[in-house]
Amino acid sequence: MKAWLPSLLRLALVVLLVAFVTNPGWFEPLLKPLTENNAPAIYNQGSLLTLTLLHLRTVLIATVAATIVAVALAILVTRPAGAEFLPLSRSLVNIGQTFPPVAVLALAVPAVGFGEKPTLIALFLYGLLPIFENALTGLTTLPGNVMEAARGAGMTGWQRLIRVELPLSAPVILGGIRLSVVISLATATIGSTVAAKTLGEVIIAGLLSNNLAFVLQGGLIVAALAVLIYDGLSAIERYTARRMGQATGD
Amino acid sequence: MIEIEGITKRYDATTVVDDVSMVIEPRTVCVIVGTSGSGKTTLLRMINRLVEPTAGVIKLDGNDNRSLPGYELRRSIGYAIQGHGLFPHRTVAQNIATVPVLLGWDKDRIKSRVEELMTLYQLDPEAYGPRYPHELSGGQQQRVGVARALAAEPNVLLMDEPFGALDPIIRTKAQEDLLAIQKRFGTTIILVTHDMEEAVHMGDKIAVMDSGKLVQYAKPEEILARPASAFVETLVGASEKPFRLLSLGRVRDAVEKGTAEGEAIPGDASQRDALAELLWSGRPALPVKDEDGKPLGRVTVDGLVKRAARPA
Repeated sequence: MKAWLPSLLRLALVVLLVAFVTNPGWFEPLLKPLTENNAPAIYNQGSLLTLTLLHLRTVLIATVAATIVAVALAILVTRPAGAEFLPLSRSLVNIGQTFPPVAVLALAVPAVGFGEKPTLIALFLYGLLPIFENALTGLTTLPGNVMEAARGAGMTGWQRLIRVELPLSAPVILGGIRLSVVISLATATIGSTVAAKTLGEVIIAGLLSNNLAFVLQGGLIVAALAVLIYDGLSAIERYTARRMGQATGD
Repeated sequence: MIEIEGITKRYDATTVVDDVSMVIEPRTVCVIVGTSGSGKTTLLRMINRLVEPTAGVIKLDGNDNRSLPGYELRRSIGYAIQGHGLFPHRTVAQNIATVPVLLGWDKDRIKSRVEELMTLYQLDPEAYGPRYPHELSGGQQQRVGVARALAAEPNVLLMDEPFGALDPIIRTKAQEDLLAIQKRFGTTIILVTHDMEEAVHMGDKIAVMDSGKLVQYAKPEEILARPASAFVETLVGASEKPFRLLSLGRVRDAVEKGTAEGEAIPGDASQRDALAELLWSGRPALPVKDEDGKPLGRVTVDGLVKRAARPA
């Protein structure tokens, strides 16, 4: 395969996605055959663009919060003083992952009400594990002689963390964030069952009114976002790995 | 001057370093030799307090090394390790500047010091300064590792098998470079190795360690001539002794009057190399010249053989 082909495909996908969420009317003839009884082919209870942006905002907030907490936790348990909390924090984060997001939504609604909040809580808990596990791997598998040199040069604990440990584990931590973002993009759709403004609204509306066109357009936008964001973050990861002087497989 | 007084390190029931006392004179090279597990690396790491001793005191120029916080002490002592441990995400210039940056030197002073060291180590600052460690050869990485250790002009340089990962040809060159730089800066060097050849070649004094104890601490000639125990004898290698003894002397010190045929040997070559050349070419004598090509006399097989005998 030619080297420019993947980039061309990505570019085409971006153009298609932007065109679809800004001018969904253009695509009406394509989706029309999927509807019955003259139902609308394009979601008509809100703008697709607004929903897409709100969807992305929800994922962004949840991921930033999960990143801060997971990385901080990983740093804490890899310090000598925090080492004894390692098993405890591992099981806590694992529980967050085992709990189905739907169950979290159901439990969170009575506590914080309908809307975006229960969705954020579910995404936050669900996103912790991949980031935490990767940060832990990154921070515990640093090359021994580099750490020895950092101590031998007279760096304090903080200086080693900021100048050596975090930069060197950045590619692995980014890998965890990438996994977490993609999971959250998909999971955010079920947030619409508790009235969060996400693309799930389009899919649910389609399911309720038996309108395949709605289901498909909601699903496709989420899928395109996931593919593009995954690709983008992978590229950043590869760049960081090169910057950190690590050889990459590809 | 480094005074090590009754230093002991125990991990639970295991004693890694057992009551070691020794004095290292300023501006000399002290080599600590021993097998793996002899405690030599632990002893070295207690000098800059990467390991805290269980008992005993280490004084640097009369001051207890615990009078400063560990990280400040380590900034004042150079430290070079096997496999160099360069920071892969920093350029060569940034790597060398590590300790000066920690000490808060101003930019110009750091820049000129980095350039000085790179030039000294035959690395063009323009070409190599902005490169990353993985873009360098093994020998170059090792030189950058030593340059980083020397960057803040430390009086003391600790080296833990710094040449261990190098191939034999580059290793010999690296050893020569280190000795030249040691003479230039007058740095006190403490070097840990398991290679007796390296110890005899580099050390003003050699400390032999076995199972945590200091077995013998003496000049190389003394260690070769009068090993303190069977262990030292094994380490020296009985069949190697005469040749190691010859490798300590320069040809110019073994010159006799007279002339000889054939290609001359430089006066700075080791007596061991001269004997090897004599035996290989089957000649009884070799002419000797100094750096300017001026003849100094000759060395003979008989003369060298006498020098290889056990000193009285």
